[in-house]
Amino acid sequence: MKFVVAVKQVPDTAEVRIDPERGTLIRDGVPSIMNPFDTYALEEAMKWRDELGGVVTVITMGPPQAESVLKEAISMGADDAILISDRAFAGADTWATSHTLAAAVAELGDVDAVFFGKQAIDGDTAQTGPSVAASLDWPQITFVGKVRELNKDSIIAERYVETGMQVVQTELPVVLTILKDANVPRVPSLRGKMKSRKVQIPVWKLSDLGLTEAETGLNGSPTKVVVTATPEARTGGQIHEGSTEELVSRLADLLLGEGGEA
Amino acid sequence: MSGFLEIKDSCTGCGICVKTCPVQALSINDNKRAVVSDACTLCSICVDSCPFQSLAVHHSFGGNEEQLAKYSGILVLCEMRNGSPDRSTYELLGEARKLSAGEKEVSALLIAADPSDAPEKLIHAGADRVIVAEHSSFEHFSTEPWSSVLTHVITEYMPEIVLAAATTTGRDVMPRVSKILDTGLTADCTDLKIDADSGMLMQTRPAFGGNIMATIVCDRTRPQMSTVRPGVMKPMEIDTSRTGEVINLQVTDEMTKNRSKVLEFVPSAGDEVDITEAEIVISGGRGMKNPENFSILHDLAHLLGGTVGASRAAVDNGWIEYPRQVGQTGKTVQPKTYLAVGISGAVQHRVGMQSSDTIYAVNKDRDANIFQFCTEGFVGDLFEIIPALVKEIEKRRG
Amino acid sequence: MNYMLNEDLQAIKEICIEIGEKHILPIRAELDEENKFPREIMNIMAQSDLFTIYIPEEYGGTGMGSMALAVATEELSRYCGGVAVSYAANALGAMPILLMGSEEQKKKYLPQLASGEKLCAFALTEPEAGSDAGGVKTRAIKDGDHYILNGTKQWITNGGEAQIYTVIALTDPERGARGASAFIVEEGTPGFNYGKKENKMGIRASATRELIFEDCRIPAENLISREGFGFMVAMKTLDNSRPGVAAQAVGIAQGALDEALKYSNERKQFGVKINSFQGLQFMLADMGTQIEAARALTYTAAGLIDSGAKNFNKVSAMAKVFASDVAMKVTTDAVQILGGYGYMKEYPVEKMMRDAKITQIYEGTNQIQRSVIAKAMIKEAHRK
Repeated sequence: MKFVVAVKQVPDTAEVRIDPERGTLIRDGVPSIMNPFDTYALEEAMKWRDELGGVVTVITMGPPQAESVLKEAISMGADDAILISDRAFAGADTWATSHTLAAAVAELGDVDAVFFGKQAIDGDTAQTGPSVAASLDWPQITFVGKVRELNKDSIIAERYVETGMQVVQTELPVVLTILKDANVPRVPSLRGKMKSRKVQIPVWKLSDLGLTEAETGLNGSPTKVVVTATPEARTGGQIHEGSTEELVSRLADLLLGEGGEA
Repeated sequence: MSGFLEIKDSCTGCGICVKTCPVQALSINDNKRAVVSDACTLCSICVDSCPFQSLAVHHSFGGNEEQLAKYSGILVLCEMRNGSPDRSTYELLGEARKLSAGEKEVSALLIAADPSDAPEKLIHAGADRVIVAEHSSFEHFSTEPWSSVLTHVITEYMPEIVLAAATTTGRDVMPRVSKILDTGLTADCTDLKIDADSGMLMQTRPAFGGNIMATIVCDRTRPQMSTVRPGVMKPMEIDTSRTGEVINLQVTDEMTKNRSKVLEFVPSAGDEVDITEAEIVISGGRGMKNPENFSILHDLAHLLGGTVGASRAAVDNGWIEYPRQVGQTGKTVQPKTYLAVGISGAVQHRVGMQSSDTIYAVNKDRDANIFQFCTEGFVGDLFEIIPALVKEIEKRRG
Repeated sequence: MNYMLNEDLQAIKEICIEIGEKHILPIRAELDEENKFPREIMNIMAQSDLFTIYIPEEYGGTGMGSMALAVATEELSRYCGGVAVSYAANALGAMPILLMGSEEQKKKYLPQLASGEKLCAFALTEPEAGSDAGGVKTRAIKDGDHYILNGTKQWITNGGEAQIYTVIALTDPERGARGASAFIVEEGTPGFNYGKKENKMGIRASATRELIFEDCRIPAENLISREGFGFMVAMKTLDNSRPGVAAQAVGIAQGALDEALKYSNERKQFGVKINSFQGLQFMLADMGTQIEAARALTYTAAGLIDSGAKNFNKVSAMAKVFASDVAMKVTTDAVQILGGYGYMKEYPVEKMMRDAKITQIYEGTNQIQRSVIAKAMIKEAHRK
């Protein structure tokens, strides 16, 4: 089987802080990590590769330093990786990103499935997977909590929705977006880390994908960010410090409506 | 890119903007002034960072005006739950009416096996026109038929705005359709406005884990597509006197073609929690320490008729199930009362609950973020306070 | 402190931290409380190649040696001393084969151990043979191309969990310690059974169990080295593994210091953080200093072994003695700093204190080790 996992390098949003005086993002010292949701996509692809045989190729679109997430994927057990990087790809929205990723999947050829994480923690759009499926005209199964069966021709997966769970069957090739319920991602291995140190990761540029500047990056993006702002801060009210009895009494007043019974 | 970044004479060449630029488009030249390269995406992050207000972004919205002008009205993609329109659909219709300002026609697209009285309900909730795609195979949501029907309806009716809920349905089908139609889609919007000058839809959404709010436009293509976060927009008052047009769409073989099959649908267990509906939400975070301790929150919630929520930390640790998660990667709630217990109040949690009417917080750390935006805060050990609170409430109630 | 760990050692450290954070931390209290062997964590370690590091490349390992083993054991011990010893005991069990095994034995057993497909244990201790290894009573009688084993081994780490055991038994009781030999015994061999699992004070995630041999026939080719070399095999094994115990002690101590630093920065008394009190600062300073000294000595001993040096039993004993005494002191102080909370099971330091105690006892008590150190020093002085 030939599986592709699309990953993204993101700032660790849990580490992002706001400068309280200027109200701007503090990016200094915020580590870049593999999008946490993508680790479940990678594990799912590797799990099925281990079962069925084949290769897992990890791709990412990003600046040259995004190579580090590809190396991390290799240290976890991916077979190879491709960095899709070109100045022309900068500033892409989800349309242009998926357009570019779909071109890379087509270029790889004979791919059986592309695995995405549910969403990326920086943009939180969850749009790239379905848009890649549309570009390739493949079926898609999103929000996959469990892949029940997978073989050369078809897949059965559990799709977790608001009201329950859909069991969906479809044909391959397919695009999947994976939830963290699906698996527990493996820890990198020592041999994987040794391999990732030495591996030369190929870089695919605009011309390698047969695309034009008009359909990639900022030029190819139908949407544009026009304003960014920090969310309105709600200012804190009174803070009580005191004995447990005092705190409990006040809290009970509030929860039951002032002065006792609501 | 249409537009440019202006660097004013007040620039001191301090270099702060150079560090903040996510695409390395800024540098400082020999004259101690910031200069911008072609790599600039007009993202505006540097504008906020400049201590001297020396930076400004100027946009010029371009596009084929004539072509864009052919599109009009707002289309809402409806979702059914248990045979009736879902709450998120009512929210979308309420928002669509607000955006329409009495000028734009609001259409609702209903894809269902059995529409029953839903079209009428949709009209009462704000639709001027309901387009019904009825087919026996439309019992469960499936990507391809939904995508075919929506693509067809957009092509035929040419709405300038298409809204869907940012649910597993909306987030599945909308990106597919936007790619097919080669137009822009903005995910998970929490605020929508029509720009008075350009007439464009200003789509605002949280990004970077809720650390910033980004406003996004789709300036060159139509329709402008958005998925909207459930629980944020307000439905309008149901008006049973409203009338509207119901159009039954001719469902073609092309629209029912599907490579996928829903083999089974397993509804969530009966005690399914919907924290977005509760008037009182009591949430536990990292401070709860283990799954067993959540029982004290359940006790309190039970007494008050509320429900238990959780922060991402508690869910990630496996202490409580995901449907209870409040925040950026969980649900948005706006109850009358929100009680945060052992939650530090990181921004990704805050975006999911900051619209609550009142927020109370119990935390042993006086410096916890939550105390900076709660209505009233209580510094102390939750394991003492919550059980004592349960006793106190029981006592007062006799 | 920066020990300038090379990239491989750094990689091992990162892997152990990830396993610790994601897989040990969430369940260590449960493993401790329930006396439960961390089978799942062993599988994760296997998948991450942690069992390869002490096995040479030609036998399916990565051949990184004692220093690598020390780094791994230390890092895992920061999270749980019990999990870490369950890991390190594999290296101890494999050591007789690594040091003195035949080519056939190495080819047969080491790849299975490197992959983590099988776990390993070393069996020396008996009810009457603790520090005095010469008190071994288990017999091995040659019978054609087999040996027949009879006797009971006690307190065997990984007992009942491992599939391969290296066992010391007497082939010639007349000659005492010189009549001991080392054997490989596989799980499932008829006549080889497990006795009771011990209920311990600390390192409760690890399995400590009796091994019972009743007319247990094993092939003669399972003899390691030659008859009569068993005691030497055992001593060499323990000399090689002592830096591992030292690393375990350093890790446990570091874990306790980390907790004390965290707690003392959060806890307020008299309106200020308790880490602003000088009395407490002095305790933290001593804890940190002692840990760094123990770490330096441990890495020195491990480095000496990797350098191919012949005489390292003195330094190896010094590392074990010093680091384990430091671990006991630091964990006790950590409990003190956390005060009443430290004494409660909700906080991990009381467990660390219980875990630390064994490092002063096993693989040669600290009193025996001090004799070893003194004897080695006296011998060196007289050789001059």
